[in-house]
Amino acid sequence: MPKVLMKGNEAFGEGAIRAGCRCTFAYPITPQSELTHFLARRLPEIGGVFVQAESEVSAINMVYGAAAAGARVLTSTSSPGISLMQEGLSYIAGARLPCVVVNVMRGGPGLGNIAPAQGDYWQAVKGGGHGDYRLIVLAPASVPEIIALMELAFDLADKYRNPVMVVGDGVLGQMMEPVELESGEIRTAPEKPWATTGQGDRPQRNVINSLHIVPEDNERFNLDQAAVFAEIRRREQRSEEYRTEDAELVLMAFGTVARVAKAAVDRARARGIRAGLIRPITLWPFPDESVRRAAAQAQQFLVVEMNLGQMLEDVRLSVNGKRPVHFYGRPGGTVPTVREILDEVSRIMG
Amino acid sequence: MMLVEILIAGFGGQGIISTGQLLAYAGMRAGLHVAWIPSYGPEMRGGTANCGVTLSDTEIGSPLVTEPGVLIAMNQPSFDKYAGTVVPRGVILYNSSLAKDSHGRRDVLMVGVDANRIAEELGNVQVAANVVLGAYLGLSGVISVSAAVEALEDVLPPHRHRLIPANRAALERGAAFGVSCREGGSAVG
Repeated sequence: MPKVLMKGNEAFGEGAIRAGCRCTFAYPITPQSELTHFLARRLPEIGGVFVQAESEVSAINMVYGAAAAGARVLTSTSSPGISLMQEGLSYIAGARLPCVVVNVMRGGPGLGNIAPAQGDYWQAVKGGGHGDYRLIVLAPASVPEIIALMELAFDLADKYRNPVMVVGDGVLGQMMEPVELESGEIRTAPEKPWATTGQGDRPQRNVINSLHIVPEDNERFNLDQAAVFAEIRRREQRSEEYRTEDAELVLMAFGTVARVAKAAVDRARARGIRAGLIRPITLWPFPDESVRRAAAQAQQFLVVEMNLGQMLEDVRLSVNGKRPVHFYGRPGGTVPTVREILDEVSRIMG
Repeated sequence: MMLVEILIAGFGGQGIISTGQLLAYAGMRAGLHVAWIPSYGPEMRGGTANCGVTLSDTEIGSPLVTEPGVLIAMNQPSFDKYAGTVVPRGVILYNSSLAKDSHGRRDVLMVGVDANRIAEELGNVQVAANVVLGAYLGLSGVISVSAAVEALEDVLPPHRHRLIPANRAALERGAAFGVSCREGGSAVG
């Protein structure tokens, strides 16, 4: 297949289609609107359904219903829309339903702006909705990786019966990069014997809800989920390591700013500074194994984010006081430049 | 290492977005790493449009073009707004049919291209941005003009392929001018 230039927002949609997703319920919002435009056009062409809901609250509850019926289902929005979806996400997690939610993050808090940002890290990885639950959170850093991680997102959601969030930002959503669309097979959802598809030959009706009115029953549910989360932590950590083998200073960044940090690593190396980069691909489970390994050798860490320091806390937990962990960030819809990161590297290593 | 960051700016309707995509596709055909990003923020609302294109022989870091090596300014507001952001020893190509060198920078190569006039001679003023793109390619040699000509079919949807000859002529006229600037040292035409 020849390469084509594809916009990040369209790649989220293309990845979903290739993962076998045929249902999307969403409400448009900048900077992710091309995603909803793309799927509104494409899904009906291939026998799928796209519904523009009247609000994000409605969209996430349509997702809840479709997921309960066993469909591979997607919704997509940007930061303020994710906040509106939190109740539904908690219910979906409480009902153990697989679905995929895209957040193309923009500057916050509040209405903020439509510029690229990473201010929703805590909301994505620490909860946002109520109760003890976890979202699996994936963070692509390029347009080809968006497609690959969307396919992975649907597989992980079904494997663990858990909602998965894929986070990008305005840059990733708006930029175009070459992608090679292999004519590979379209994935399909696995069998879901728990789905509410009508009683059929089953001896009992399947019931899906998130209500466990007896505390001990709910405790058992939560403990069962804890075992699932532990397994996800054990098996699903993913990260990219770049020039870390002999690095004295390890930069940590995800998504768009990881690309900038990678360029800064090369420039630092050209100045004789032994720098490297760890780019978490799974924000939850956080790749603490990689960080711990790096901390055995690297002298210092520098976390770079498009926020005031959110992933910073997970890096510090993983490093556990063994090494200094520095931070450089630009919040509110601004993106650190290579030069700014390089200045910070020089300051630390100078 | 080769890394070129190009900012293309002008009025909405001047073909800024698609000229940027054409450059990105041409770079891709030339085997380079490419990234393209539009402005999508409030600055669009003044009627100006711009996009950044990055061409590199290695993996591209930030696709944002904040300190361009090359500026293609298709109108006066774009020239005024972005001429100061170009790095020293960079190149500014401006549409001299609609813009004047209001900045007088001496540390960049300043090239005026009478793009609207050339485009009108070719029978379609809408190809003016591709005249300037052609001039840049002729001047810099960063990608061959033929790669850009071939990429026209990637950028234009099939129902617009009838526009390929005019766009091809625009690229080639621009390129000839760009080559003459390089050879003759002339910087305004």
